[in-house]
Amino acid sequence: MKNLKFIIPTILLSVLLINCSDDDDTPEPVNEEEVITTVIVNLVNGTNTVTLTSRDTDGDGPNPPVETIVGEMKSGTTYTGTVRFLNETETPSEEITDEVEEEDDEHQVFVIPSSGLNLTSTATNNDGNGNPLGTKISVVTGAMSSGNLNITLRHEPNKPNDGTLADAGGETDVSVNFDVEIID
Amino acid sequence: MKTLLSLALAIVSSCAIAQTCDLKFTGKVIDVHDNTPLIGAVIQIAGLEIATITDFEGRFKFENLCKDTYNLQVSHPECTTEAFSIILLDNLDKTFKLEHHLEELNEILIKGKTYYTKAESILENRVKLETIETFSSGSLGDALKTVSGVSSLNTGNTVVKPVINGLHSSRITIINNGVRQQDQEWGAEHAPNIDLNTAGSITVIKGAAALQFSGDAVGGVIVAEPTPVILKDSLYGKTILSGQSNGRGGSITSVLTKSYENGWFGRFQGTVKRYSDFETQDYVLSNTGLSEQDFSINFGLNKITYGFEGYYSFFKNTVGILRASHLGGGEDQAIAIESDVPTFIRDLTYKIGTPRQEVIHHLAKFSGFYKYNPSSTIKFSYDFQQNNRLEFDVRRGDDEGDEASVDLKLTTHNIGLSVESDINDIISFKTGITGNFQENFADPSTGVRRLIPDYKQYKFGVYGIADIQISDKLIAEMGGRFDYTYMDVFKFYRTTFWESRGYDELFQDLVVEEYGNQILTNPEPTFNNASATAGFSYQFDDDYVLFTNYSLASRAPNASELYSEGLHHSASRIELGDLRFNSEISQKLTLTAQKKGNLFSFTINPYVSFINDFILIEPTGVQQTVRGNFQVWEYRQTDARLIGVDTDATFRINDALNYSNQFSIVKGKDITRDESLINMPSANITNRLDYILPFKHKIDVGIESVFNFRQNEFPDNNFEIFLPETETFQLVDVSTPPDAYHLININTATNFDLNNKTKLNISLRVTNLLNTSYRDYLNRLRYYADDLGRNIILQLKINY
Repeated sequence: MKNLKFIIPTILLSVLLINCSDDDDTPEPVNEEEVITTVIVNLVNGTNTVTLTSRDTDGDGPNPPVETIVGEMKSGTTYTGTVRFLNETETPSEEITDEVEEEDDEHQVFVIPSSGLNLTSTATNNDGNGNPLGTKISVVTGAMSSGNLNITLRHEPNKPNDGTLADAGGETDVSVNFDVEIID
Repeated sequence: MKTLLSLALAIVSSCAIAQTCDLKFTGKVIDVHDNTPLIGAVIQIAGLEIATITDFEGRFKFENLCKDTYNLQVSHPECTTEAFSIILLDNLDKTFKLEHHLEELNEILIKGKTYYTKAESILENRVKLETIETFSSGSLGDALKTVSGVSSLNTGNTVVKPVINGLHSSRITIINNGVRQQDQEWGAEHAPNIDLNTAGSITVIKGAAALQFSGDAVGGVIVAEPTPVILKDSLYGKTILSGQSNGRGGSITSVLTKSYENGWFGRFQGTVKRYSDFETQDYVLSNTGLSEQDFSINFGLNKITYGFEGYYSFFKNTVGILRASHLGGGEDQAIAIESDVPTFIRDLTYKIGTPRQEVIHHLAKFSGFYKYNPSSTIKFSYDFQQNNRLEFDVRRGDDEGDEASVDLKLTTHNIGLSVESDINDIISFKTGITGNFQENFADPSTGVRRLIPDYKQYKFGVYGIADIQISDKLIAEMGGRFDYTYMDVFKFYRTTFWESRGYDELFQDLVVEEYGNQILTNPEPTFNNASATAGFSYQFDDDYVLFTNYSLASRAPNASELYSEGLHHSASRIELGDLRFNSEISQKLTLTAQKKGNLFSFTINPYVSFINDFILIEPTGVQQTVRGNFQVWEYRQTDARLIGVDTDATFRINDALNYSNQFSIVKGKDITRDESLINMPSANITNRLDYILPFKHKIDVGIESVFNFRQNEFPDNNFEIFLPETETFQLVDVSTPPDAYHLININTATNFDLNNKTKLNISLRVTNLLNTSYRDYLNRLRYYADDLGRNIILQLKINY
């Protein structure tokens, strides 16, 4: 038994020491590959340009996305538009729109105005099967009004669908809301 | 053996040539393990052709012997015959020790005496081999649910986590063949990575009383042990083949054991399982298939005074997770909950796509014992485990589904040394020390921020337990344990989170480096955990036993509770841990009254536990992200109280008909906030009738009714989300438990002797006979789909 007193701590120590001798390299950070930090909707009619940007640089961190609108949306106007998705945690920022367009049959962008907002949006580009994709849009504004404009990107929606989120199903990759005003 | 006995009797009665000698040789034959007297042992004196048999106290007596050297042979039907030599100079009283429980000798190697009782003052619930075999094609969690008070936390029907008296995950210690299982048990969707078919028996201890295993088993301890090796020259095996209608697949498991009378043994065991998508009454549960391959190798040597064992097991499975459970955010969750059927259903397939889990678990062990005197044994064990968990999500740009979102490798080394000793007839004592090193590595190449950070953990534990036989009827038990834990963690926080929590002021010194919007920290927490147990068992008469146990358990928070921070994709919620957590301390008082009878047996087991600084996770709000709104779940510490009772009753109506009943209920309360605890199992009652059909060839039939009450006590964790299409806020009901349900199961089985060594058992089982559609409160996928519909399982078991 006397020997045991020495054997036990020796074994324990040796195991601990063997394990302690690992080099203390600090782990490398993970930059989220798929995260979408930024949604940019660009609407153009001649010289009238409206840019809606939603940016959330901390992803699922505690800060909410910040929405900004540059330019004035005019009533009774037809805008040619693009919807872009970016990952700005990387430098230079990654254009996620390319991936979405590459996998066009698995994605769809929905532009949904609230009922008080006089605005209609139509997808102007399609996927390989002829169903709307929506990274390119045409927006027609009606009379002066204001309301919420939602941009949703769905992954693996049912295609074709009736244009509503409920019918589309799939998973929400992006859902951002803008407070929009249409002026005269 | 009977012939030997009668022969011995004949020899005794025809006894014997009397000599003019007058020496007495008396003695006792006892069991080497527990010193109990061996009744009916035969002591023969070679050459004299005289023999005698031990009486009820294990005593024997020879008279009229001469001064001489005698060669004795001591035999007993359940022991290996041993030869001894005595020199008789005067009257002699001598005790002989025989190796009893011949057939269970291996248990001594594995557990020593603790196989029989792992704790003296708390009732141990045993899952028998028969039950394990019935669930051969299922999981450990399925088999454990046959014990009253044990339920399960499911993710679908293939990820089954045991819940003991309302507690699960890190609060349950699982001992697999003597090794504490280390397989990232913290996650609610992480089932134990154990092949049920490696176990010969499973013991459930509903409390922390078994301190030799751990001090942090706030919920309880599950001990899975292999079938003991028969100690004779033999080669034997078993194969179980199962096929089932639901999941359109099956499993095959085989075990082959080679044993020698000299103590050497070897065993090989393997299991393969394969299932397609499972089905409910009305639809396919898309992407719920399972593929599993496991094997284990075991070899060793058993002698009476020493022995060793080497063991290696490999476990690999791929588990599909219901496709419809993968959600983008709160809005998707609202739609999925609203919908009566899953939002994604495709044709039944064997293909397992995303989301899915792929787990590989290696376990290697070497253990040995040495009995350095007849009443003391020293044991040594070393084990190594590696758990590699991959979780695959539905990801953009990954059509093949071969880029994991979670890639964790948990490596654990453990060594233990223990001494068990019967100090005298009254007190027996066991004590031991354990050392443990664990390393978690989260592979950054997943491109998804680590859910569990990289860490190294060092643990040291020491314990002592004394059993005191106060009288024939009263046994007292007390024990204590101390565990020291040191963690060396490298954790990346989002800078915004770090600051919003105020960590930048509290834990400034932990910061190692800053990378853009992330911050690398190096927390090094230490935890000192003391645990204790005390109690007694009292045998009123042959039929009634009362167990009372008080246990104090102390559990250090796990890596998930401390360091979670970010979106948990598979749960579609943001989970936040807390660096500031301290250990959770539980006090549990259990009382068990047991009646064992020929006709009527019952057990009633009320308990109450108070848990200080109980760590729970609950929703605290909704967070806006570019992906929409996610519910935020934060861990917090509170004081909790759990009260419950489990009962078991069996009534043998006649030789052919048997009725049994189980009931359990538990009520969990957050005392600090005066509200119900989340995810407490609902009350349930099981009634069962077993009947042996009166045919020449015996056929067993059974019918079982399982009734699960609705859980009426739950916290309100609902939240609201904004629907842009209708410009309204919608309530997302994640709290309300599903309705009560009632399931009927039937089974029938019969045996055939193919030859004198080969036995065939055929059984047919139908679960959910009425194809009832139901959802269970403790199934994490209950929001999205019904539970399993009818399942017909045909099983062939061959023993050879």
